Amino acid sequence: MIEERFDAIVVGAGMAGNAAALTLAQRGLKVLQLERGEYSGSKNVQGAILYADMLEKLIPDFREDAPLERHLVEQRFWMMDDRAHVGLHYRSEDFNEERPNRYTIIRAQFDKWFSSKVREAGAVVLCETTVTELVQDAYGRVIGVRTDRHDGEVHADVVVLAEGVNGLLGTRAHLRNIPRPDNVALAVKEMHFLPRETIEARFNLKGDEGTVIEAAGTISRGMTGMGFIYANKECVSLGIGCLVADFQSTGETPYGLLERFKTHPSVAPLIEGSEVKEYSAHLIPEGGYNAIPQLYGEGWVVVGDAAQLNNAIHREGSNLAMTSGRIAAEAIFQIKSRRDPMTAQNLALYKKMLDDSFVIKDLKKYKDMPQLMHIQSQNFFLTYPQLVSKAMQNFVRVDGTPKTEKEKTTLRSFVKARSWTGLFGDAFRLARAWR
Amino acid sequence: MTTEPSVRVEDKLFYNRYLVDAGRAHIKVRPHTAPTPALLTLLKVCPARCYELNDKGQVEVTVDGCVECGTCRVIGEPGGDIEWSYPRGGYGVLFKFG
Repeated sequence: MIEERFDAIVVGAGMAGNAAALTLAQRGLKVLQLERGEYSGSKNVQGAILYADMLEKLIPDFREDAPLERHLVEQRFWMMDDRAHVGLHYRSEDFNEERPNRYTIIRAQFDKWFSSKVREAGAVVLCETTVTELVQDAYGRVIGVRTDRHDGEVHADVVVLAEGVNGLLGTRAHLRNIPRPDNVALAVKEMHFLPRETIEARFNLKGDEGTVIEAAGTISRGMTGMGFIYANKECVSLGIGCLVADFQSTGETPYGLLERFKTHPSVAPLIEGSEVKEYSAHLIPEGGYNAIPQLYGEGWVVVGDAAQLNNAIHREGSNLAMTSGRIAAEAIFQIKSRRDPMTAQNLALYKKMLDDSFVIKDLKKYKDMPQLMHIQSQNFFLTYPQLVSKAMQNFVRVDGTPKTEKEKTTLRSFVKARSWTGLFGDAFRLARAWR
Repeated sequence: MTTEPSVRVEDKLFYNRYLVDAGRAHIKVRPHTAPTPALLTLLKVCPARCYELNDKGQVEVTVDGCVECGTCRVIGEPGGDIEWSYPRGGYGVLFKFG
């Protein structure tokens, strides 16, 4: 399809792929980026929150023309039972800073813009092209890719696999495995459109201020999962995701969960009267540190979601994707500058640089959390939210019961549900996994 | 299991834009007489409800509304219950917001 040979081929135009292609092109390498969607972003789905710092490292003046929705001044965590929520609510005027730290974005629009920067930097970006296979030589070295275009084989020194959580190429070439059902969450999302003023009034915002609500509890029916509500300029992104393994064992349906989340008395008023304009679904890598596959080999590296680089505890994914894409590109550039070949031995530099970054350090910190949350999902996502909600109601409702009696009732309900051993055990396990 | 609220997934899919590659389904179900547990799971877990039982009790897939999340691949591909690919370049779901 393209006769010439490239320094690097980047498969995918999400956060990781765009970061890699941009970095490589900025450093003067000959880059081909392949994307199966009609345009960059047309196949991508995210909540979505953008962390400014990671993008600033790639495009320092991105605030000038990037399609940003709202900068976040507020974060709410909700622990929900079927009729109530107990909330932690953090809002600070500090977030109304000149260079805000976090924004809500709409991925399809953002990725289109990001892609325009990649093109400006000189990369060749080919959309509507599905890569079907990696091309390997007799020694198993990756030397290029095969696409679904006519005569669709194209060669390069190195292939950057930024193909997403459900990437086919790496798994088909046995470079990594298909994610296990307990290492991925399925999230479904709707985009609810409302007039700007309505969103601002309902979420207590002014101007471009934004807010995020993250919710856990009985909304996931005892499965490991969370709901989210993000305020954009003229729409609200609303969704819920749970581990695929839990969907398998419970037989719950994702759209059933979404519907119940939307009709919860704490959620319904926020989206009342909205017009839904899109329904999407996506897998989220949730396996953490222990699920990270081999990151490099002969002529290839893997970045972003395809490498399971997602911090599920802090809901950070796209920034890890961007950072891993950038670091992979920097490693490739270093190797190229030394005129060394793209062997596994040389590409190990990517892993070394990634290990030294916050990406792997953070994932290592929480390496035991995914398993704990999964094994204990009934307790963390059903029992405790119900207990806490009941305790709160008992605390605030005034009905002539002496306070000592109220405290005893609350304590008894906890001990009855989980026993002293269970309570201490859970607290200990949680603390240990968090450390 | 809990009671299912009445949700019409078809209505949700109407919000989306698709470019259907007629005659080239990107997902195929392995021929079977009785469905495996994995195939039965797909009836419920697929967020676009692409999987349905036919009148012979076999699981069938219609990919027109597929949102390309890959959940069925994670469940069905390791055991060989389904064959999974991405649609040809440019085809399939086209997210405006994503």
